[in-house]
Amino acid sequence: MTIQNGTRSAVFKIVASAVAALSLVAMAAPATAAGGGAKHPRSGGFSFEGPFGTFDQAQLQRGYKVYREVCAACHGMQLMSFRNLGQPGGPFYDAHENWSPAENPYVRALAAEVQVPDIDTETGEPITRPATPADHFPSPYPNATAAAAANGGAAPPDLSVMAKARHDGANYIYSLLSGYVPAPQGLKMAPGQHYNPYMAGDLAPFWEGDEHHVPPGGFIAMPAPLSDGQVTYDDGSPQTVDQYAKDVAAFIAWASDPHAVERKRTGFGVLIFLLLFAGLTYASYRRIWKGIAH
Amino acid sequence: MSDHESTYVPKTGIEKWLDSRLPIIRFGADYMSLPTPRNLNYWYTFGGILTLCLMVQIVTGIVLAMHYVPNTELAFASVERIMRDVNGGWLIRYVHANGASMFFIAVYLHMLRGLYYGSYKAPREIIWILGCVIFFLMIATAFLGYVLPWGQMSFWGAEVITNLIGAIPMIGEPVLIWLRGGPAIDNATLNRFFSLHYLLPFVIFGVVVLHLWALHTSGQNNPAGILIPKERTPKDTLPFHPYFTVKDGFAIILFLILFAVFVFYMPNALGHADNYIPANPLQTPAHIVPEWYMLPFYAILRAIPDKFGGVLAMFGAIGVLFILPWLDTSRVRSMRYRPTMKVFFLIFLVVGVGLGWCGAQLPDAQVVPGMPSFQLLDGQLNSYLWLTRLLTAYYFAFFFIIMPWVGLKETPLPVPHSISEPVLDGGIPEKKG
Repeated sequence: MTIQNGTRSAVFKIVASAVAALSLVAMAAPATAAGGGAKHPRSGGFSFEGPFGTFDQAQLQRGYKVYREVCAACHGMQLMSFRNLGQPGGPFYDAHENWSPAENPYVRALAAEVQVPDIDTETGEPITRPATPADHFPSPYPNATAAAAANGGAAPPDLSVMAKARHDGANYIYSLLSGYVPAPQGLKMAPGQHYNPYMAGDLAPFWEGDEHHVPPGGFIAMPAPLSDGQVTYDDGSPQTVDQYAKDVAAFIAWASDPHAVERKRTGFGVLIFLLLFAGLTYASYRRIWKGIAH
Repeated sequence: MSDHESTYVPKTGIEKWLDSRLPIIRFGADYMSLPTPRNLNYWYTFGGILTLCLMVQIVTGIVLAMHYVPNTELAFASVERIMRDVNGGWLIRYVHANGASMFFIAVYLHMLRGLYYGSYKAPREIIWILGCVIFFLMIATAFLGYVLPWGQMSFWGAEVITNLIGAIPMIGEPVLIWLRGGPAIDNATLNRFFSLHYLLPFVIFGVVVLHLWALHTSGQNNPAGILIPKERTPKDTLPFHPYFTVKDGFAIILFLILFAVFVFYMPNALGHADNYIPANPLQTPAHIVPEWYMLPFYAILRAIPDKFGGVLAMFGAIGVLFILPWLDTSRVRSMRYRPTMKVFFLIFLVVGVGLGWCGAQLPDAQVVPGMPSFQLLDGQLNSYLWLTRLLTAYYFAFFFIIMPWVGLKETPLPVPHSISEPVLDGGIPEKKG
């Protein structure tokens, strides 16, 4: 009887500790909330969500194509190298051939399609040459000032970690890219600005309509970048803005956290181990404390 | 209790030789056989958990420092390089970043346990004060560490916090420049923050040693909050090992499960997305917020209309903890026997979480959306500004008014004469087979 009571109260105490710990954690929630009155992102239905989700390699390959043919005209991905495309879990990794990222023929071919700046080893003169897997993705502008000057004062942000730099990153990128709609009547637009309901911002100062119905979202300097049929897919996937936006969002999500799948797999093993270890330790605890009043 | 009889007997020749020169094995053996109150509950396991947290932060931090570059041009990319290209780097960095949050979860629960069971009261004032020193050093270390990735929140957090120093009259401005290493936050600031972030954990380690030394001198508190007389030691205590090593061990594993869930499944949930945007001194984020564990103090800072007053209130909120042993007038330690104080303690818990919530909101935002209110001095009554002020008032009243006053006025429940009295219900033999 005493022992049973003891067990019950021990379990209660553990649960109470856990609840207390979680309530402290819950205080973190407001710190991560996205600002502004933007529309909540739509779900892209991504395969990599959830504790067991993995990236869809075909989607990553399509996403890279969209990035390379559309986004790369203005947005750099300075933290990415071509070799990353061929690393385990990457868009062009082949588990059967098991090429190293540097010798992966797809990666070599994709790198060679892009010109990167270098210096001539003989003369020291600036040249451009085809990229190798070791090269970083080249930036479209020589520096941030040039990027801003070419884009009406707003430098296009680097996309290397964009999915981590926005709340609900992949869904946000997907929603933003596929969510352009004409600006509502009564919204004062400055030249070079575009309306997007998913962009963070506060449109109240620019709104001439009903003050209780300020449109959601904000202004964005980037015009709608995607249009139907713009990028050719060779795997039969629909060539629509919605599909392009999903694919490039998936690619950026992978690029932002390339070890995400490895992380979740490791975590599964770690948790199994810890649960078994906890069970064993609890059994030892019960045995050691058997008959000891406390 | 460090004066308990040493039961260690060196057996081999080497042990005898070592014992007469450096009795380090005896030290460890005595530590393990330390008489520990038998009624310690799971709230008492956070000391062990915190030791683990400190070790984890130091070990992962040393590895991170091998790859990190403290330069404003390179810091952000070097952290990302750790996550991408260093073998296992993503694990080490996520453990370190989430480890800071885990450290604070554990330290807050550890401090609240001390507050509830009166662990700060004589003869344990020094243990408590050393604990407050550790807490203050932890805040400083966490702040310095958060600056190192050189993201938007790193930079602007550093801007806001160092600016507080500038609010001090007369000496503020020169001290600010001296701390930053220049008129603005720049490479010099990042370099010294890195240096101090590496130094302070070892200072914390040193204070932890003092904290434990003081603990083992005056003896552990316990949920009954009663001192153990020497003659009762065998009845009221159990040796630390194996009874409390296994109990602490079990609690540590449960804590590691929580830790692992964050590291492996939501590694960025406790951080702010803006810190993955490289620092830009020309672009202020829409909403500068500190990490969650600083939010209650950040709320107190913003509650005071005067900047220097806010700084004083914020440091005062931590400073008041140092004099806590002399603010509590009760003769009873544990709130288990103080029903009135228990209610005020529960309100204090709610207020603490409430302050954290307020710290993450915009001060002008409405608490109850749409509810009409009126202008009171410098803000609408229905705003986080006034809610924060209400909660801040309770925070300080708890220490300066409620603690001294309730201690004098309340009628505590009868306190047991010994630990084994409530446990064994009077006179039942302690071993039950």
